[in-house]
Amino acid sequence: MHDLIQYLESYLDKSVQVTPGAFGNIYAGIFWATVYILIVFGGLSVAVIAMNWLERKILAHMQVRLGPMRVGPHGLLQPIADALKLLLKEDLIPAEADKVVFWIAPFIVVLAAFTVFVVVPFGPAHAITDMNIGILFMLGVSSLSVLGIVTAGWASNSHYPLIGALRSSAQMVSYEVAMGLAVVTVIMMTSLHGGGFYGVGPNIPGVANDGTLSMIGIVQAQQEQGIWFVFKFFPLGLIAFVIFAIAMIAETNRAPFDLPEAESELTAGFHTEYSGFRWSLFFLAEYSAMIAVSSIAVTLWLGGWLRPFPNLLHGATWDFLFGLFPGLTFLFLGGMCFFNVARMPKHPLFKIQTAGLAVFGAVLALIGVILFIPAVSTRVGDIFWFAAKVAAFMYLYIWYRGTFPRYRFDQLMKVGWKILLPTGLGVLILTAAVGIVRLMMAQPSQ
Amino acid sequence: MTDHNTLSPLDLDTPDKPYLDANELVINMGPQHPATHGVLRVILRLDGEKVMGLECVIGYLHRGVEKIAENRTYTMFNPYVDRMDYVAAVSNGLGYCEAVEKLLSVEAPPRAQYIRVILTELNRITSHQLWLGTHALDIGAITPLFYTFRDREEILKIFEKYCGARLTTHAFRIGGLQYEAYDGFEKDVKNFISFFKPKIDEYEGLLTTNRIWVERTKGVGVISGQDCIALGVTGPVLRASGVKWDIRKAQPYANYKNFDFEIPVGLNGDTYDRYLVRMMEMRQSLRIIEQAVEGIPAGPIMAKVPKVMKPPVGEIYHSIEAPKGELGYFIVSDGSTQPYRIRVRPPSFVNLQALDLMCRGQLVADVIAVIGTLDIVLGEVDR
Amino acid sequence: MNPVATPFFFYLLSGTMIIGGILVITRKNAVHSAMALITALLAQAGLYLMLYAPFVAGVQIILYAGGIMVLFLFVIMLINLERTLKERQFNQQWLVGIVAAAALGGLFIAVYTKGRNLFPASEHLTYVESQNTQGVANLLFDPHVGMYMFAFEIASLLLLVAIIGAVVMAKKRI
Repeated sequence: MHDLIQYLESYLDKSVQVTPGAFGNIYAGIFWATVYILIVFGGLSVAVIAMNWLERKILAHMQVRLGPMRVGPHGLLQPIADALKLLLKEDLIPAEADKVVFWIAPFIVVLAAFTVFVVVPFGPAHAITDMNIGILFMLGVSSLSVLGIVTAGWASNSHYPLIGALRSSAQMVSYEVAMGLAVVTVIMMTSLHGGGFYGVGPNIPGVANDGTLSMIGIVQAQQEQGIWFVFKFFPLGLIAFVIFAIAMIAETNRAPFDLPEAESELTAGFHTEYSGFRWSLFFLAEYSAMIAVSSIAVTLWLGGWLRPFPNLLHGATWDFLFGLFPGLTFLFLGGMCFFNVARMPKHPLFKIQTAGLAVFGAVLALIGVILFIPAVSTRVGDIFWFAAKVAAFMYLYIWYRGTFPRYRFDQLMKVGWKILLPTGLGVLILTAAVGIVRLMMAQPSQ
Repeated sequence: MTDHNTLSPLDLDTPDKPYLDANELVINMGPQHPATHGVLRVILRLDGEKVMGLECVIGYLHRGVEKIAENRTYTMFNPYVDRMDYVAAVSNGLGYCEAVEKLLSVEAPPRAQYIRVILTELNRITSHQLWLGTHALDIGAITPLFYTFRDREEILKIFEKYCGARLTTHAFRIGGLQYEAYDGFEKDVKNFISFFKPKIDEYEGLLTTNRIWVERTKGVGVISGQDCIALGVTGPVLRASGVKWDIRKAQPYANYKNFDFEIPVGLNGDTYDRYLVRMMEMRQSLRIIEQAVEGIPAGPIMAKVPKVMKPPVGEIYHSIEAPKGELGYFIVSDGSTQPYRIRVRPPSFVNLQALDLMCRGQLVADVIAVIGTLDIVLGEVDR
Repeated sequence: MNPVATPFFFYLLSGTMIIGGILVITRKNAVHSAMALITALLAQAGLYLMLYAPFVAGVQIILYAGGIMVLFLFVIMLINLERTLKERQFNQQWLVGIVAAAALGGLFIAVYTKGRNLFPASEHLTYVESQNTQGVANLLFDPHVGMYMFAFEIASLLLLVAIIGAVVMAKKRI
């Protein structure tokens, strides 16, 4: 309890610096971890709901449609209506299904998708925990979700789900390899800067040189090296990033790699036989997995929570200017709402909708105003930049879905094994070579 | 499930099979499947994802149209043909009306012929638009569907203004047209031509050079010209295989010989070529409409046709180039007011026979692509 | 981080592992066995974590639970399971099995009772959690600390041979 008070005090007095989770008292650590888990879980659920609405709207506007317009102003309440519908639906289990496995499968998927967020660093101090093997943990746990998909397809005891399950297992195992190579490239980059290197030169004290697997450590390495890894050893970092960006879409079974649930071929793939709440678990897992892999990409290549140009545009003025962004974003969103309030039809039937939109806009504007308070904006600035970068990836996901046809299975495998894998290996070797050459040139033999 | 002849039944329990055996999979695609364009049922026999063979089971939409014809007068049967290929109702009507006119030895007046050509070619465009949207949707591109439906709406508006109906138009009467073209018909058609030309480029921009689209369609569902002829496959599928056969040119009907247009022909007979052929056909249709709308002559729209039609005893076969291929009507008259027998040669039904040949050795995803590229309408297959 | 409730987690994970292991060999349905095996492997990863070996735990999850077991399931699903479900489970080598199990059990008991003296307190592993990854890397790649590089590469070569062999055997024509 003392810790909580201390933490709250730190908001009022900037001189008190407290990092949650880093208390000497172990039980305080557990307490903070629990609080963070609840916050992250809640935030993630909100993000998934928002993502559901945004995907429908953005996709609709790409396709000359309006998208949901009826439930709430501009369909804002549509995801909630959908969730209610799914919860109230009858829970069907096919008679010939393997009941236990059928029952467990969605939970495996959801568990894997949510557990990943344990190590996602939303900021230097905003992570549930920092693990020494952070990125390894993320890759490992997210690879477990394929177990859920495979067992779901098998347990349904039906042809289409089985084919979907087989497709997804082959697909995810294949793309994990390319994904892993891209990640290893980044891990190598964390160590290839100044300092010593095993077998090459002596350790120079005071310089980070060991490399790290920790998610927070990777972002800090980018901070210390003064470069986002997507630009490091140009174009090697960029190629690795592109490999990851392709593989992560395949990992999350999204268009154009959505073969396991290809609706025009396999009706709904592995979740054909699922309905109601169980189906919504798959849905939830898919979206949180999308957010999870996007967070990995952001952390590894795009500087995680760092704001743009931290080295180029540094100083109090720039800090202040970039600190305005979170508030301005929310004010802009609120302004959009008010603009649309003005555009709403004046018919009395739309009274409630208009009022609802105005309230929503007011809430957004209020959040924006709160975010202008310096004590708040300095603390959530990192979360904002992280979320903004992840949001860019989410937009890309929607954009791909609106643009690309679906790959065929053999073509998918060809892309994975014959293009991404060799490229990834090449980039890995080149990164190592370039890094060592640079190290040797930087420090002539002593 | 397997009560058919071409595929030998699967023997799961025969003792001579090895203990740990990966079996062939027989799956039942349809009749309720999102990508079989209606109620087509395809029984697929798979080795992994490779198609070893397939069989189409049809008849889920059978309404006995040909039998109904025997109990209707020639005029009364006219609306029924719209329900066969409901995507290209105008073409169906044209084929039927011309067949009966041939039987009656009358000819529609020139003005009616021109308006018929305009409406039929507009209908060809709607049919191809619907094909493009659903075909792309089958292959996983969801956006073209909405683009094509948006533009198809413009044509349907013209139909609606002309005859009141949008889909099952019943636009023509035996001997000509029932309705005179409405005021502004020509202007609407001209507007549509200038509106639609850039839209085709828009569709092509989304797909033609899209790497995934090209990979998904090139070399998929290849069928040679000889096979097409042997199976009786017609329409864009035949032309994409390199056979330059279009009834509009080969046996000109209506007044197609007055118009200057080309027949697009493919080289490889694969899905990509069929896609290109249909895209080019849309452009050629626009060309025909452009010429026709410039040259609509004045004059009557109905030939002299008796109120109660009693064609002389005899039989007639008349075929036209419908959007999906050769649409033929074989009519036997016994001299009464009702046809003795009407037999329809529907292009979709005949083209569907090529499905097995085109799919063997390909993957499940290709079956979907091939069904899409054959452009079948189950209303016409089952009748 | 300091350990919390160590005995509780140890018994929890070990219990899960043993139950999982028993289920693996008693389930008739191969998919259920595979699921039980995954549970056991995950519990084992947890035990590695308790031994301050997070890297090994992570690799365990990625390779065994995430990779190999998926392929296991993949293969099992392609197999005709219905026949195995109908058949009575049997084991013709139960005598050898009992002897082997007894021998292994004896070895465990012997190690547990006598083995403590083999590892004097001074030789306890000193790697802490934050150095586990580096420690593994040191042992593998640093010529001054360890010399397992050659063995590591040989092992990977062995795997390559196995992969090529499998491809040659499975593919009718290359």
